[in-house]
Amino acid sequence: MKYLYYPGCSLEGTALEYNASTRAFMQELGVDLLELEDWTCCGASAAEATSHLLSLALPAYNLAIAEKMDGTKEILVPCSACYLNLKKVEKKSRKDPELLDKINTILKEKNLHYHGQVRVRHFLDVVARDVGPAEIVSRVKNPFIDLKIAPYYGCQCLRPYPIFDDPEEPRSMEPLIEAVGAKIHPWNMGGRCCGASHMTTKPEVALELVTAILRAARGADAIVTVCPMCQMNLEAYQKKISAMSKEDMHMTILYLPQLLGLAMGLSEQDLRFDLNLSITKAFRNKL
Amino acid sequence: MRRGGAMNPTEIIEIEQVSTTVPESVIDSLATIRDMVSACIQCGTCTGSCPNAFAMDLTPRQLWYNVLMGEKETIFHSKTFSLCSVCYYCTLRCPRGLPLTETMSALKQIAAKENLAPYKKSIRFYQSFMESVRRHGRVREMEFMTLYFLSMKNPFMPLQFAPLGMKLIGKGKVSFEIPSKGNGALELIFRKVEALEQNS
Repeated sequence: MKYLYYPGCSLEGTALEYNASTRAFMQELGVDLLELEDWTCCGASAAEATSHLLSLALPAYNLAIAEKMDGTKEILVPCSACYLNLKKVEKKSRKDPELLDKINTILKEKNLHYHGQVRVRHFLDVVARDVGPAEIVSRVKNPFIDLKIAPYYGCQCLRPYPIFDDPEEPRSMEPLIEAVGAKIHPWNMGGRCCGASHMTTKPEVALELVTAILRAARGADAIVTVCPMCQMNLEAYQKKISAMSKEDMHMTILYLPQLLGLAMGLSEQDLRFDLNLSITKAFRNKL
Repeated sequence: MRRGGAMNPTEIIEIEQVSTTVPESVIDSLATIRDMVSACIQCGTCTGSCPNAFAMDLTPRQLWYNVLMGEKETIFHSKTFSLCSVCYYCTLRCPRGLPLTETMSALKQIAAKENLAPYKKSIRFYQSFMESVRRHGRVREMEFMTLYFLSMKNPFMPLQFAPLGMKLIGKGKVSFEIPSKGNGALELIFRKVEALEQNS
């Protein structure tokens, strides 16, 4: 198996451990990731808040780069915001030739052309459907029989395009978590919103959303995520939230490939557990 | 604010012409937005699905009503659209299949274009982010936040973010970089988009 790889800005900064663990996990599975050459920002949530056209041009620029690369037409994206931005261009330009023309007028400035030939895939989609739980089961070295995990999907890998999971009641992570021996924490918060960038500009709103998620996760040993924004919002404000709500809201938050990779025998160093902001002592004691 | 070339921090500081009444020019853009929600039946599924509705002054349903009525003063003095966190629950569930999340974004775009005072914080946050992308091709966390703090002209603002910032620096996730001009990786793309938008 081979995929083009678009890490996105977060994975070079605040989500370094998502990048490292995705690469290590995929390598362990024998999957090749070919990083896009000179990729640029997808526009995140900022482009769409300022210019609709720019929010399509920036992902298209990267899809055009992807089309020039050899080997495969599938592009794996770990960040849900990047995934949706790229996916949106794939979907919209297919339905709207006029829009595709407009996008290509812009890309011509950089001598690029987007033909609509690459397929954008979320990391979770690839692991759940292309790799599959059976493959993971066969590689597990340290089963986590004592762990109960709350799968957190966030918004943008599920909605508005329900490609690989139910957009209201997502389940795609469950067979993967069970594959490494862990149990699923039953909850209905998996597809809820973490507040995204409101955490910076309207913290009082985002903190409310994160508080509800952390509270519902009580009883689980960890929450796993598949998005750098979700990860940051869930892990970085636990002290503040505990103080505000006068309850202990500390909870281990891991990226999915960190959990799966560790069970498959990769080291905490390979998976960069040192970079997570909230791994509790109780969780460590259970490993 | 983005005419020709990258701006430097001092240019950001100069932007202070924030308007308090909503300019007439908004009416044309609002007409396009009205088309996006013209089939709204005011059922309120969007409101019931919105995770941020609790913090809004107008519910999403009420916002669409005001868009349909062309009530620009009400719309652009409400914080509702700026509270959209782009979770797509409303878009997914709308029984009329309306692109509601995109409509929220379209309202954010007008607010940014017109530099409307009530949305100063969000506008500057997003613009600082895009400015860093424009300069370097990829966002530089430290530069983006520095541009944002400078644009807000609030010397105490960085303090709010200092604890997390220091933690991230300690982990090597954010590096010290003073704002710089960059290689202009995406300058041509940004300019072309601006030119096309001015003509449309």
